[in-house]
Amino acid sequence: MNINLTMIGQAIAFFIFVVFCMKYVWPPIIAALQERQKKIADGLAASDRAARDLELAQEKSAQELRKAKQEAAALIEQANKRANQIVDASKDDARIEGQKLVEQAKAEIEQQRIQARDALRAEIAAIAIAGAEKILESSVDADKHSAMLDKLAAEL
Amino acid sequence: MAGTASDYIRHHLQNLTYGELPADYQRTDGTVLNESTWTIARSAEEASDMGFWAVHLDSLGWSIFVGALFLFLFRMAAKRATSDTPGGLQNFVEVMVEFVDQSVRETFHGRNKVIAPLALTIFCWVFLMNLMDLVPVDFLPQLFHLAGLEYMKVVPTTDVNVTLGMSLSVFALIIYYSLKVKGVGGFLGELTMHPFSSDNLILKILLVPVNFLLEGVSLLAKPISLALRLFGNLYAGELLFILIALLPFWAQWALSVPWAIFHILVITLQAFIFMMLTIVYLSMAHEDNH
Repeated sequence: MNINLTMIGQAIAFFIFVVFCMKYVWPPIIAALQERQKKIADGLAASDRAARDLELAQEKSAQELRKAKQEAAALIEQANKRANQIVDASKDDARIEGQKLVEQAKAEIEQQRIQARDALRAEIAAIAIAGAEKILESSVDADKHSAMLDKLAAEL
Repeated sequence: MAGTASDYIRHHLQNLTYGELPADYQRTDGTVLNESTWTIARSAEEASDMGFWAVHLDSLGWSIFVGALFLFLFRMAAKRATSDTPGGLQNFVEVMVEFVDQSVRETFHGRNKVIAPLALTIFCWVFLMNLMDLVPVDFLPQLFHLAGLEYMKVVPTTDVNVTLGMSLSVFALIIYYSLKVKGVGGFLGELTMHPFSSDNLILKILLVPVNFLLEGVSLLAKPISLALRLFGNLYAGELLFILIALLPFWAQWALSVPWAIFHILVITLQAFIFMMLTIVYLSMAHEDNH
């Protein structure tokens, strides 16, 4: 066991190795490690954020859906109401129109009845005159008896 | 594998030493040197006669080799480091870096850019040096013997010079940061005012030498224990491998395999302990709570 210069040599080598390690080995590796650590942390944070965003979006979409449904329901209700209104209105219209038609028809019928009666009356008068002529074997002077005939006709 | 068992063991525990032999020195083969010469020792006596100004080529060579291997691998990974999907090498390197970073974070709470890379270097380097222990004991020495080198001790951490060189560097850092963080006065105060303290000024002054002795010993014990723990564990492990290698070749596996498996644990643990203690010592140097 000789203690000799080897000790100094080893110390010098030690010093050089440590300095080399400190300058050229440690920093890049540690930097890479830290960078990766940061990347992973960022990635995790991003995924967290994305999950939260997704949740928010889902909530929002559910909300929108609900709102849309509500709107649609309101629209349908409105439409129904409107349709009912229209149906009611048209029913009323139809009823009025129908009444009007009926009244018109009635009026027409009345008119025709009156006309027919008038015509009938005239004809009856004529027939009565003809009958009376036959009975009397003489002609009835239409001009002479027209007043009487009119009176008769009015009685019919 | 020539000679007796003790020769074999001694041969295996001898470093390849390069140093200066003085003039008129009689070498192992009997030749006498005319003038002082720088040369490779051919025997254990020659190596110890070279004194302090000699270098263990094998320890230093292997330690620098595995250290450079570590830095080469990690540098390659660092250059290609990406924050996207990492490749196999980067994965491995990141695991090591994370592990060391975590250890440092748990123990050291100050801000210091040196400690984490220092700990990484210590852990990987010591581990790789220890790992050389798992290379069969005769494999590399035999190869180098063929290449003409007499001695080759391939596990740098079984050389107390190597472990001392590292632990004394750590010690220098302890002193440096103690002085930097606490200042000269603070550091001296820590050495002299603790653990015994008094409100009485005279008693306080009287206690200074006692405190200084205690704290000084505990301070000096740090690098020594750091170096000797690693050295002792690896030396013992290497010695056991060498002893196992003395068995007949067909019986060696029965002992060397279990020991090698157990040794995987030891070398990792020792590298970890060296790293952890370095971090602890340096964090103590940063703490200013006295």
